[in-house]
Amino acid sequence: MTLDVLPPDQTATIAAVEGETALTSRMRAMGLRVGREVMVVRRSRRGGPLQVRVGSTDLIIRPREARLVRLRARPADGR
Amino acid sequence: MSDGATAPGPADPAAASARGAHGRARVAIVGMPNTGKSTFFNRLTGARARIGNWPGVTVDLLSSPVILGAQAVEVVDLPGVYDLHGYSDDERVVRHFLEQNPVSLLVVIANATQLDRQLALPLQLKDLGLPLVLLLNMEDEARKLGIEVDAATLSRELAMPVVLMSAKHGLGCANATRAMEGALRGSVPRRASPAALAADDSLEARLDALVDRAVRLPVHAPPGLTVRLDRVLLHPWLGLPLFLGAMWLVFEAVYTLGAPLQDGVAAALEWLKGVALLPLTAGVAPALRSFLEEGVYDGLGTVASFLPILVLFFLMLGLVEDSGYLARAAFLMDAFMARLGLDGRSFVMQLMGFGCNVPALMGTRVMRSRGLRLLTMLTIPFSLCSARLQVFVFLTTAIFSSKMAPVVLFSLYLLSFAAAFLTALLYRRRLVSDEPLLLELPPYRAPSLRQMWVRAWSEVSHFLREATGFIVLGVVLVWLLTHYPFDVPAAGPETLAGRLAAWTHPLFAPLGFDSLLSVSLLFGFVAKEIVLGAMAVIYGAGEGSLGGVMADRLTAVQAYSFMLFVLLYTPCLSTVAVLRQESRSWRFTALAVAWPLALAWLASFAFYQGATALLGD
Repeated sequence: MTLDVLPPDQTATIAAVEGETALTSRMRAMGLRVGREVMVVRRSRRGGPLQVRVGSTDLIIRPREARLVRLRARPADGR
Repeated sequence: MSDGATAPGPADPAAASARGAHGRARVAIVGMPNTGKSTFFNRLTGARARIGNWPGVTVDLLSSPVILGAQAVEVVDLPGVYDLHGYSDDERVVRHFLEQNPVSLLVVIANATQLDRQLALPLQLKDLGLPLVLLLNMEDEARKLGIEVDAATLSRELAMPVVLMSAKHGLGCANATRAMEGALRGSVPRRASPAALAADDSLEARLDALVDRAVRLPVHAPPGLTVRLDRVLLHPWLGLPLFLGAMWLVFEAVYTLGAPLQDGVAAALEWLKGVALLPLTAGVAPALRSFLEEGVYDGLGTVASFLPILVLFFLMLGLVEDSGYLARAAFLMDAFMARLGLDGRSFVMQLMGFGCNVPALMGTRVMRSRGLRLLTMLTIPFSLCSARLQVFVFLTTAIFSSKMAPVVLFSLYLLSFAAAFLTALLYRRRLVSDEPLLLELPPYRAPSLRQMWVRAWSEVSHFLREATGFIVLGVVLVWLLTHYPFDVPAAGPETLAGRLAAWTHPLFAPLGFDSLLSVSLLFGFVAKEIVLGAMAVIYGAGEGSLGGVMADRLTAVQAYSFMLFVLLYTPCLSTVAVLRQESRSWRFTALAVAWPLALAWLASFAFYQGATALLGD
């Protein structure tokens, strides 16, 4: 599963951040790093950005970039 | 949690005698965005900061002389960066600055509520081998969130003084300056070695280890107020109308308060002209007199008329940005703006441009990617500003029926948006944002009035320094065109402007303009406010009877074609001055003048030819 399809209010752990170096280093600096817990707070309508909470920071991220964040499968959640 | 400085003392054993040999010591302030870096800078320097150029750096940086201890130092505010090794424009700027300019001390500001990621920056900076002081800002917020920071351990692990503070409330600031003074003692200015600026693989592990040892971070949501406010302000259905409502309020505040102030400035200038300038120029030859009064003085007056609006605009922008709402606007508008290669913040500036383009262009500095900024700056001049509105209200009421006039005016507003969006679509591949939309959504904060004021003041003084010469020169140039030779009536067919209009007649005839209209377009290049006054002179009518004269001489089709042109072509000289001031590129400025001119011609041509063909005129 990737971050762009994570349902709101569910947390998951980041398994990998893909993409080119420029993008991934920015994402890392914002807190999107392997092993961190991440949660989608809300999504805007019509394919707009997501509000994501990671560590101590709330972020706006577009679905295109959120798709690059792969999440660890969580058997307990059934998804 | 104590806010005491835990300083292991400057590590540099170099003799104190080195101090002064290099002139003034330089202190650079670095930090991630949204750490209150500028607030600290303003608190440290007061409102004395100046914007200046630096070797190896393509953007303006604020700097200011400050007395630290017994020493006069120069403090430079570097742009906010997430990652010293990152690829954004600002990250390049910081790297180049540190490579090219010797620095005696680096002050790193970090947001104490986000140390789990923010400590990465001091870890990276440590490798530069420069003396460092780490200031953990927003200590008050961190305490409220139950975050515990062990400053002594951090200081030991990082081998640099660490101070907890709140720049906004002034808590711990004395400790911060004391730590800076201590670190400066005996420090020798030096450049960062480029090798240390290369990427670093072990950073992640070092960061995690450091956070584990020195920070206790409870799992926390933003403050309850932020969560509650966001539930309403970012609501899927309510969010957008509330945003537009908020923008309308801000707009009203700036321009309804600004208009009387502008009138006041105009009246004061007129009064000053009467008591000071006219007696001085009474004995002077008429040509020189006209040059001084209508060229130089009116040029300075044009600059002065922007000042109230600029102050109000930046006060309001400070409110919107510092409160955290600007990032929310980006969230709300992004779905639409992303298709145009812009983002929500571009839309805010575009809306503000409907009052006046000049501050809106300066406001684009909130966007840090150069491509995104330039694209936004290219679209803003199409916003139908209040000066153009004056011309349109006058012409529509003079020429169209009272039923048609509002429809005509509304269509101009629609075209204003259409032109901006078309421009974004056409240029979005050339002016590409090199940064993804990854914005922090900070908690809502009460903005500090002092901070807002310092910013507004610094923007105004920047505008005065950068734009005054250009604007006065332009006004004088148009004055010359419309007044030379001096023995014929001003703006008449024998003047340079009149002859220019005759030469360019083949260009403007297909748009339905006679040479009188073309001359008024030349005035409109200076400022749209003076178009009506100029038309009265050109058409030889009093301002009271101008409406009747225009109605006699212009058909509805001609008038609309003219308004289309006025809407789209170069808004005014001050806008051009600010386009150059902000882009620091003559090439971009030329594009931003030429493209609207071309679009204006094409639109007027298409409309005039189409309408006359359809109506069989």
